Amino acid sequence: MAGLSLDLLALQIFTGLALGAVYVLLATGMSLIFGMLTVVNFAHGAFFALGAYAGFLVLALGGNFWLALLAVPIVTGLLGMAVEWGLVRHLYGRGIDDPLLLTFGLSYVLVELIRIFAGTQGLPFDTPDALAGAVDIGIGYFPLYRLFVIAMTVTILFLLWLFLERTRIGLIIRAGARDPEIMRVLGVDTGRVWRLVFGLGTAIAGLAGLLAAPLQGVSPEMGNAILADAFVVTVVGGMGSLAGAIIAGLLVGVIVSLTALFAPEAGDVAIFALMAVVLLIRPQGFFGRAGLMS
Amino acid sequence: MLRVHDLNAWYGPSHVLQGVGFEVGVGEIVCLIGRNGAGKTTTLKAVMGLIARRGGRVLLAGEDILARPAHARFARGLAYVPEERRIVPGLTVGENLRLGLIATRRFGDAGREIAAMATLFPRLGERLDQIAVTLSGGEQQMLAIARAMIAGPRMIMLDEPSEGIMPALVDEMFALFARMKQSGTTILLVEQNVERALEIADRAYILDQGVIVHEGRARALLQDAAIKERYCSV
Repeated sequence: MAGLSLDLLALQIFTGLALGAVYVLLATGMSLIFGMLTVVNFAHGAFFALGAYAGFLVLALGGNFWLALLAVPIVTGLLGMAVEWGLVRHLYGRGIDDPLLLTFGLSYVLVELIRIFAGTQGLPFDTPDALAGAVDIGIGYFPLYRLFVIAMTVTILFLLWLFLERTRIGLIIRAGARDPEIMRVLGVDTGRVWRLVFGLGTAIAGLAGLLAAPLQGVSPEMGNAILADAFVVTVVGGMGSLAGAIIAGLLVGVIVSLTALFAPEAGDVAIFALMAVVLLIRPQGFFGRAGLMS
Repeated sequence: MLRVHDLNAWYGPSHVLQGVGFEVGVGEIVCLIGRNGAGKTTTLKAVMGLIARRGGRVLLAGEDILARPAHARFARGLAYVPEERRIVPGLTVGENLRLGLIATRRFGDAGREIAAMATLFPRLGERLDQIAVTLSGGEQQMLAIARAMIAGPRMIMLDEPSEGIMPALVDEMFALFARMKQSGTTILLVEQNVERALEIADRAYILDQGVIVHEGRARALLQDAAIKERYCSV
């Protein structure tokens, strides 16, 4: 490892943080949905892909990236709420398996719909002009767009935190995740809140897909691979824990990035090995509550 | 205020309530007594709308609310404090009180409403920023009652409020129920502490194996040793 400088290592860690930021967004949405609805959303990756394609459509129709940044979460959020209303809500109270199978099937349908309307081939997605190029961050030159992805993730998480901690609906969500029945007794129509939470999760997933698009292009299957990674993040961080999603997301991003540098052949295995170790030592994940699945 | 006719409820295959009927007049304290497993908690849950399989009629101020979800019953002025208190973990005392207003138009004024509640419940007022589940059992019970009362319900149903609470606080609690009655709140009380409950109640119903077996003035029941012996020993 003679050629390895500290700067290169630091840059690779930074690259990992940018990748981790996308994981964090996906896992945050999944955790939010699981924490409140006890639904493991296997369609989360499909909403990720839909977000990227919705952004592609906005650009194709003459809009710019900034407009897409606004429109995509609205579109995937509303679609998520429609899915909750039409499909998911009928399975509440039927254990964890039924909604899991439903969303698993739904993800195939959504990906197939993308293939039908947008083709099976991947499409290029340009980095917006204002965010092209690289900047010197002290340890070397780093792509500006990746910095933007990190900054956007921090902003989204901050807004989410404000929403959960400082608003009325946020208080309902925090309390409802712990005890939905008492919320109904106190006059809350929890069905509407659950719909909103599902939509919030899919809105963030769509936004993550849009943010990831310039990094990797768009393809119908783009959500499948990242869903597996986001799952690892959710399990390692603890199902239902937002803090866990953030810390585990960044950790997994950095591990993926460093594995790519040191042992590329172990690339796909490293994070699953991490998950196995965490599950052995701490089955509920970093911040998960024990016995949530039982 | 509340009229219940032929209320039936099932948990899975077991037919827990088999045609329960009773009335609670405006401004009354009515006590529902009976042995463990008689169906008291199930009756309150069914009246609140928390039992999936139920039948009969539940009239609140003349309107049949049986088909309505729990949150709609709350909106019509019916409050319920479950036996387990259900203080929400992770939230402070103040936030738990805020939850009592969350579905009402007065949520914007929560600060003032909570201050008003704090004068009624000084123990809670001193601990608004404390995580609520770290309160003592009695304080948590007070919090659960305050949370149900803050929205100003017309009627409140209390399930075993004195259970597991130290005697000094039990006195405080029964004094509180008398004050709630004076201020016009109708109360349906389920209580193991039968003597204390009958002392403040107007009337009482005795529930046994899912049916009402006796009703009467609270004072008369208080003196009827045979009835108490037969239905109220745990």
